[in-house]
Amino acid sequence: MVSGVRATIVALSSGPPPAALALIRVSGPGVKSLCERLLTCGVPEPRHATYAGLNDAAGALVDRGLILHMPGPATFTGEDTLELTLHGGAAVIEHALAALTSHSNVRLALPGEFTRRAFEAGKLDLTEAEGIADLIEAETRAQKAQALRQVDGGLSLIYERWKRELQELLALIEVSVDFPDESDAPSNTDGPVARRLEGLIADLQSALGDGGIGEKIRDGFRVALIGAPNTGKSTLLNRIAGRDAAIVTPLPGTTRDVIEVRKVLGGQIVWFADTAGLRKTDDLIEAEGIARAHRAARDADLRLFLIDATAPDLSVIASGLRLPHDLVLINKSDLARPTLPLPSNVSRETSAATGAGVDALESEIAAFLSMRASEVEAPVITRARHRARLTDGLACLTTARAGLADGQGAEFVAEDVRQALRQMESIIGSVSTEDVLSAVFSRFCIGK
Amino acid sequence: MPNLFDVIVIGGGHAGCEAATASARFGARTALITHKLSTIGEMSCNPAIGGLGKGHLVREIDALDGVMGRMADRAGIQFRMLNRSKGPAVWGPRAQIDRQLYRQAMQAELADYPNLTLIEGGAEDLIIEGGRVAGVTGQSGRAYRAAAVVITTGTFLKGVIHIGPRRIPAGRVGEAPAIGLSDRLYSLGLPMGRLKTGTPARLDGRTIDWASLEMQPADETPVPFSYLTDRIRVPQIACGITTTTPETHRIIADHLDQSAVYSGAIAGRGPRYCPSIEDKIVRFADRDHHQVFLEPEGLDDPVIYPNGISTSLPEAVQDLFVRTLPGLENVRILQHAYAIEYDYVDPRALTYALETKALPGLYLAGQINGTTGYEEAGAQGLVAGLNAARAAAGQDAVSFDRAEAYIGVLIDDLVTRGVTEPYRMFTSRAEYRLQLRADNADQRLTDKGIKTGLVGSDRAEAFHVKHRALDETRRQLAALTLSPAKAAAAGWTVNQDGRMRTALDYLVHKDIGFDHLAAVWPELVTVPLPVRVQIEIEALYAGYIERQTEDVAALRRDEDLVLPAGLDFAAIGGLSSEARQKLQAVRPATLGQASRIEGITPGALTALLGHVRRRRAG
Repeated sequence: MVSGVRATIVALSSGPPPAALALIRVSGPGVKSLCERLLTCGVPEPRHATYAGLNDAAGALVDRGLILHMPGPATFTGEDTLELTLHGGAAVIEHALAALTSHSNVRLALPGEFTRRAFEAGKLDLTEAEGIADLIEAETRAQKAQALRQVDGGLSLIYERWKRELQELLALIEVSVDFPDESDAPSNTDGPVARRLEGLIADLQSALGDGGIGEKIRDGFRVALIGAPNTGKSTLLNRIAGRDAAIVTPLPGTTRDVIEVRKVLGGQIVWFADTAGLRKTDDLIEAEGIARAHRAARDADLRLFLIDATAPDLSVIASGLRLPHDLVLINKSDLARPTLPLPSNVSRETSAATGAGVDALESEIAAFLSMRASEVEAPVITRARHRARLTDGLACLTTARAGLADGQGAEFVAEDVRQALRQMESIIGSVSTEDVLSAVFSRFCIGK
Repeated sequence: MPNLFDVIVIGGGHAGCEAATASARFGARTALITHKLSTIGEMSCNPAIGGLGKGHLVREIDALDGVMGRMADRAGIQFRMLNRSKGPAVWGPRAQIDRQLYRQAMQAELADYPNLTLIEGGAEDLIIEGGRVAGVTGQSGRAYRAAAVVITTGTFLKGVIHIGPRRIPAGRVGEAPAIGLSDRLYSLGLPMGRLKTGTPARLDGRTIDWASLEMQPADETPVPFSYLTDRIRVPQIACGITTTTPETHRIIADHLDQSAVYSGAIAGRGPRYCPSIEDKIVRFADRDHHQVFLEPEGLDDPVIYPNGISTSLPEAVQDLFVRTLPGLENVRILQHAYAIEYDYVDPRALTYALETKALPGLYLAGQINGTTGYEEAGAQGLVAGLNAARAAAGQDAVSFDRAEAYIGVLIDDLVTRGVTEPYRMFTSRAEYRLQLRADNADQRLTDKGIKTGLVGSDRAEAFHVKHRALDETRRQLAALTLSPAKAAAAGWTVNQDGRMRTALDYLVHKDIGFDHLAAVWPELVTVPLPVRVQIEIEALYAGYIERQTEDVAALRRDEDLVLPAGLDFAAIGGLSSEARQKLQAVRPATLGQASRIEGITPGALTALLGHVRRRRAG
């Protein structure tokens, strides 16, 4: 490769062939020269759809189509960009990509490389770039809505606001540290500092107390199937999955590890987890499986407790894992219909073997998850990365609050706030000390 | 013709004095050229040294065996430790200075300094040979050859004094600006900008009604700046405090159009933290008074510096408004206030050694680089002088990083971010201020000073004694243990978890000091006071400094990622043109420096890093 010169990248941006049309996108410093050499029209007029032919290096016609030339920096990547809309056949696409990449320093793009270039050109911040990745992968409307909000800078706005508030808070502390001899500057700012700290702590707590909805919309909700051995959990999982995902045998204790199946229900991604049957065992492997079942139950948004209608044993629902909104399934309803002392609002009859009651169960789960998803309007946290940074930031702020109440020196409180600010900036971008000083000078009359 | 000198320093202000002595300490044959030997060490503005961040710089200069701290200890007439009520990391040593005592002390010090020659006269031009500085031409036309030159000419570059409508070309009141040398600097094509600053009127203290004023005394026990000063012997005085009044504000508001700043006559930017009185009245219109400190310029000197009322209003208006301040009803003005506008060199044109990138061998320090303050000037002088001397001896440049010293913060800010107003140090500029304390400047820097040839034997010896005592005491404290039950018996409130703790662990507790330890372990009674204090402070910040270790490591990783010299930032694909221009202007030496350039996004850094990696691979 030519040392240091950035490659021009090419990719098929539309779906796999065959299709009616194919969109091929080119970005980089070589766009103009590619136009000159390979397009029958030369360099097309910027931002005008031009009908022209694409030739290969030997001068043979690849195809004709609509060409859009967009010179940088006002483009998605900030670079010169070319979009070719050609016929969507496999041979056309293969020939077009080969023709374009036969040029020196032009190559196929790596996954996400266009977005990465937009990020490098300062067109996007980190959360916006993440939003684009999410938008491309979005399967559900909820995912799409959330990703779109992120691409549009909806998250950046909120994080920027917190960043600004933290800067102002820091300025308020610093003014008492750096200008102690100024009657014109407040020498003790503890009161306003405490009030602002309180406000920020409440904001972060409420964002973090969202039940992880943002991440769940993005990554999926979790539903765990829990029960004694041989209650039909694996059969139910296979029924929901519509395929043989889990091994089913009449032998109790067949399922050892947690088996997960992904499904879209009511516009949300849901992961169903089949777990090892809960019982006392001396088998080391099975015991580990049961421990994992407990973990899966605890991590789930909803638990389905299965009871064998032919041999009802209610001990599992008294195991302490059950929350009020969880469902109890009297399974194998095709074989027996016992009368059990269970509240009707949580118990359902199902037959995993015949499928009776399973559709109704799925609708009910879908309704429940939709309700959960709408509990938090526009969640701020959509990735574990955001949550980790915010959690650390909140911890710093609560330490700052304790330090302030404890009469610790302002330099400690400032340090904690600075750390919180650093966490926030790692989510979106950077803060410098100059920003803090600017906040000081814009608000206080400093002048000794 | 053989060089008479290795290093020539132009200018005898605070940057010049530190540059010349640092170079001489390193062992370079050094000359200091200045117009008048009698103004060496002059304090042209506020008669005070130190303060928040600034006091830290003085301690660091001292830890590197510079002269400012020791001279201030011989001339300080009102020592105060600012921020006593807060923690020691943000204590700011400050002293009101007797200007004459300071000048005398500095001139006596320099007159006897080994390896240093003082030359009275102007420097008219630089001698340039083969793209390098080769010396200085004096006003007489005489050539002084040297391997490196440090320019510390303060506000002398195209300096213009403004008093109301009057414009006086000058460097300082009553002194001519340096025209020939400026022409040479301009011809080098260095990026320049214009700044302004102001100084208040000087008052006749014999015409002030002191009895009516609140007085601010010195600290009972003055704490010296220098690690080598055992105690302050200069008598201590008090300063007066008065305020402006609504009448003052009315007069100033009525005459705003006559202020050089507000009539638009001054283009340069002034410091936000040291605004003129007209600035304060315009920007903070809701306030009906501003505090003014009346600071004596010396023990036997009737001149009073009224801190807080610098202005560029005409003399007649000054006479009018100054007399509206309580206590100043009958005051006589000895010298009127003025604003001064001057050129500075954009410090982004400098390396971390403060050498100009455009002309090897030429170093700049002090106000010429866009800073304000004696301490900021002195710190730069020391770094420039040391590096000029090292370069003359064929040795590598030495720099300080942001986690090591305020000097490092100062120079990194200058060469990376440039300035938009006269740059002053604050503690809040230092991300690692809990470890960059005034109390431990020697522990942070003296050893490095010894290794780089900057520290003389007396200080090295004193440092080693203290360093050994600290080490010894830390070891001792780590070896002494006590159960929580026994600690409770000693009256300490600690967690009764049965876990044995060391004396060092106990010291971390808020309510347990060294005296408490000495009460339990009598062998600690003999530990000398400075060591006790230092160890107590270390314990106070131990937890936080531990937490910063990772940040410091990350900082140093980025600093270690050196960008290739001559890297063509314009050729890096994918950067916005704004980012490209900024990188091109600064030409950062490391990825760390690049990350601190204003407006450089994480995305741009990714592109930069990718480019450098590709170059290496390719």
